[in-house]
Amino acid sequence: MTSRAARATVLAAIIICAVLALQAQSPRAAAPYAAVTADGRRAVAASTVGDQEFLRLDDLTAILKVSVREDRAGHALTLTRGGTTVVLSLDQGLASIGGRLISLSSPPVRDGSRWLVAPDVVARALSLAAGTRLDVRRTSRLVVVGDVRVPRVTIRQDAAGSSTRVSVDLVPRTTYTVTQEARRLVVKFDADGLDATATGGSQGLVESVTTIEPATLLIHLAPGFASFRSATVPLDATSSRLVIDLMPAGGGTQPPPSPFAPKPAEPPPTRPAADMSALVASQTPALRTIVIDPGHGGDEIGTRGAAGTLEKDVTLDVARRLKASLEGRLGIRVLLTRDEDRLVPLDERASMANNNKADLFISLHANASLRPDIRGAEVFYLSLDGFGDAARTLAESPKGTPVPALGGGSRDIELIAWDMAQARHLAESAVFAGLIEEELRRRVEMSARAIQQAPFRVLASANMPAVLVEMAFLSHAQQDTLLGGDEFKNRIAQGLYDAIVRYRVRLETPPSKRRP
Amino acid sequence: MAITSRFVALTLVAAVSTGVGTWVAVRYVVRPQPPRPSAASAAAQAGSAETRRIKAALYYIAADGLRLQAAQRDVAYADGTPDQAKRILEALLGPPPPGMLSAIPPGTALRGVYLAEGGAAYVDFTAALQTNHPGGSLSEILTVYAIVSSVTANLPAVTAVQILIDGHEADTLAGHVDLRRPLPPSAPWTEKGPS
Repeated sequence: MTSRAARATVLAAIIICAVLALQAQSPRAAAPYAAVTADGRRAVAASTVGDQEFLRLDDLTAILKVSVREDRAGHALTLTRGGTTVVLSLDQGLASIGGRLISLSSPPVRDGSRWLVAPDVVARALSLAAGTRLDVRRTSRLVVVGDVRVPRVTIRQDAAGSSTRVSVDLVPRTTYTVTQEARRLVVKFDADGLDATATGGSQGLVESVTTIEPATLLIHLAPGFASFRSATVPLDATSSRLVIDLMPAGGGTQPPPSPFAPKPAEPPPTRPAADMSALVASQTPALRTIVIDPGHGGDEIGTRGAAGTLEKDVTLDVARRLKASLEGRLGIRVLLTRDEDRLVPLDERASMANNNKADLFISLHANASLRPDIRGAEVFYLSLDGFGDAARTLAESPKGTPVPALGGGSRDIELIAWDMAQARHLAESAVFAGLIEEELRRRVEMSARAIQQAPFRVLASANMPAVLVEMAFLSHAQQDTLLGGDEFKNRIAQGLYDAIVRYRVRLETPPSKRRP
Repeated sequence: MAITSRFVALTLVAAVSTGVGTWVAVRYVVRPQPPRPSAASAAAQAGSAETRRIKAALYYIAADGLRLQAAQRDVAYADGTPDQAKRILEALLGPPPPGMLSAIPPGTALRGVYLAEGGAAYVDFTAALQTNHPGGSLSEILTVYAIVSSVTANLPAVTAVQILIDGHEADTLAGHVDLRRPLPPSAPWTEKGPS
């Protein structure tokens, strides 16, 4: 009886699933993409199938001059240009080029007489057939073809007193001109397109911000505007910030203090953090969850100081201090990858952050050198060394799929295979690493190489901006003692806290679009 | 299903032909060449087969402790890329030149070197490389890239190196650097020494 009932239930469940699957499988039109090429822009139709977005293949192949043939016998699509052929399986997310398999998130989907392909098929398979780089940018709905210049542009407006500051972050650095035309400022970038987030919104002397193609930003000015001045400050090796201060008529000539002013020889007073906390409080939080990863644990002690300080203990101690101040003062949800002395595999640490939809991932470590005089803190973000080969051997690793999240739902990591999820957050990770370096430098001694990139395993699969912080060298006698005491650990925690506050300010303007 | 297997079969045929091509290339093109003079100026010296030696750039921890520095050292000559890589790594496992530090933990021995298509070398060490490692990401980075750079700088046929431990793939040496794939040399961690 029971088994018959169970069988019936299973059958019903299968039928329901099948019906749901069928419904989910029919493509629905989505907002189109624009392909940006050296010759201009062309529309590329997009559709949603299930949870995933697809692009219309023939729109892309027409632009790229790639011919498509359906091989009914092989149940595959053949993409050819010149002597290069890429075969896309119609049964599973697989492509083959020159005998090499590439794992993809999904096979092509038929839509009437046309084919739809997932963004990673464009970036990783079609690009090989076309012999050019194809970069699919979802937030700005662009397909960047080849080496055209399409910088990522993030615009933020802060009204402070009577003046208003417009900050435009540019990755990579891009030259521009700012001119005033009647009641608007025209910012023309030396680029082929803009990957812009957070245009619009009225604040202070700004009525709205809009973009016009190919690469111009219009700042529409509110009544009361009298003058402006602009300056560029470097953010890190590859990005810069254009700061435009808008001043009203009469008074208010003092622009708001610059949080990213070029660093003077002596550290500036620690004013920004306090200012920005006030600013943050008035806006929607864009930073909700942070995962802090105390390095090592359990049998894996990490490195060990001469005085007996263990890396695994120091990392957990600082992680707890940082968690307490973030939760208490900012109201951010903070999770630790371990809150006790136990071994947690590296992959589990990143998946915990992914499953909890963390907005930031910070791995804490203490360093060691064979030369006992090496000292100072270092901040790392991922380097993609070796990932070129990984892309070729992806067939062996699990393909990118939606990852189940705790508490239901899923988090999509559809564009890039699991162990490369960090690749698309690198620019943000670099910015966050820069902020940490600046804040730590005010409080503790930094290494001669304070910001670096390395192929760290724990960062590779984090699907959010992620950094690894080496707080000090346990192999240095004095630093070993420092790490054993309270004061140094508090200074590190405070530096990280202030860097997080500054990063949150950066995220505030485009709250909906910054989420990966 | 039959269709899928046909797709896979087609792919396999292509893969096999690529593999054969690579084997031919390795067997008849790469192998007969003695290590060529490279950017690191490895050059065969005169002498009989047993005593022939080459100059190779081996990487050690630089005086500033923050990066690797190349030292030109005599290494036994061997026929073929895998054997020459072996000789180079064995030399790297030996004592460092005066004033420099070895980035390789004491007690480490080399088990073997294998060459794969696409310029990747698999270098297999005993577990001491992991168990005797002092830890700390800087030390680990320097250990990894001392191995990678010493091989790639002297053997133009090798462009990336994957470290194995006791014949198996390793996650990391000490909890930081991802060893799941062959690593190319990384310029920020190495500097050319005086030659």
